[in-house]
Amino acid sequence: MSCAKPRELIHAHLDGELDVVRSLEMEEHLRECTTCADEYGTLRSLRSALSVQDLSFKAPPSLHKRIRKALRVESKSEGSSWAIGWRWLSAAVPVAAVAVLALAVLPLLGRSGGDDRLIDELVSGHVRSLMVEHLTDVASSDKHTVKPWFDGKLDFSPAVVDLADYGFPLIGGRLDYVGGRPVAALAYGRHKHFINLFVWPSPAASADEEQATSRHGFTLIHWSAGGMTYWAVSDLNPAELGEFAGLVRERAVPPAATSG
Amino acid sequence: MQGAEKRGEFEAAVLPHLDAAYNLARWLLRSEHDADDVVQEAYLRAFRFFGGFRGGDSRGWLLTIVRNVSYTWLRKRRPDELVLSLDEETHGREDGAPDPEAEVLRQAEGQSVKQALEALPLELREIMVLRELEGLSYAEIASVAEIPLGTVMSRLSRARSRLRDLVGSCLGKEAPR
Repeated sequence: MSCAKPRELIHAHLDGELDVVRSLEMEEHLRECTTCADEYGTLRSLRSALSVQDLSFKAPPSLHKRIRKALRVESKSEGSSWAIGWRWLSAAVPVAAVAVLALAVLPLLGRSGGDDRLIDELVSGHVRSLMVEHLTDVASSDKHTVKPWFDGKLDFSPAVVDLADYGFPLIGGRLDYVGGRPVAALAYGRHKHFINLFVWPSPAASADEEQATSRHGFTLIHWSAGGMTYWAVSDLNPAELGEFAGLVRERAVPPAATSG
Repeated sequence: MQGAEKRGEFEAAVLPHLDAAYNLARWLLRSEHDADDVVQEAYLRAFRFFGGFRGGDSRGWLLTIVRNVSYTWLRKRRPDELVLSLDEETHGREDGAPDPEAEVLRQAEGQSVKQALEALPLELREIMVLRELEGLSYAEIASVAEIPLGTVMSRLSRARSRLRDLVGSCLGKEAPR
């Protein structure tokens, strides 16, 4: 007997790469389908066979020494050329320009490790949604269908905007789990690309500027407004995703203001 | 001083990943001596590019460089290995067909899993090391190996079934019935 379930999904389950919903579905399937259960059992014993012996090679201490020595030599030769570069820069560029440059760089330096973890989680959420074609729990291009779907599933109500006229059609919504809490994920399309817009309430009431970053080839744009935190994740280029973020920002009116 | 400061930052961020870097190079090149040279070269290259590194995942960043230096090294000194595995990538090899390298390795007994891993073609060996030994996620592997996510998944699936064939007899005993 064979099973039509893609083999890759069994591997993704073993590797903990499926989202909660798909992972539960897979567990249920494994209880029913002996073909897949056998396959899964074999994969698990393969993994334990790999972990029984320590197969990792440790770097010899001599290599550690060699590298540190090579770096010392390298940094001496580089140090001199850097010093020349700085002297040239300070002479040629007005002080004001350097100050502006420093201001532009500061937000990047100030990013905390917590943000890094969050960004990783958001990218994984985006990747997972594409991998198992689980972009949406409720598939609809109608915001009046998508928005009520979240009621009762989340303790907040995300604003859902329709951007089809601007070339970003709404595809649907789903629940995701980011930073230890359930969040709303809205899926939009752009030609053949997908955008995940993650939304959850933020403690800061103030509106933040948009900030763009990239990770593993994906672009992320983050802002907060009206007591909500927004993260747009996509493989789109930063300019197009920026356009999308600007449109959402303009149109997503905080839910408190719309009621009544 | 600029140079010393940069070196201090670099050593703090990147030197802790020396074992991971060495492990990847050692498995890709299958030689202690070559792995030493490649890892040192990768560290020097990483140091030169450190100015462009924006923070974040320094291990993934370093592993990408180690992988690139390893491949360049193989292309220059052992081009046969690359040709062989690329060929297999497109045409596939019949499972169970005798792999001369694996045959030689299997003659020594007692370390079958290690030998089987060593006998896998380059791309499959690489993906197993990144996933099983270094514990990278699919997205991280895609970024380090510079391949699409779909390829990560299909290669992982192929790597595991090849490995299973190579160590089949040992697994039979452990598999739950």
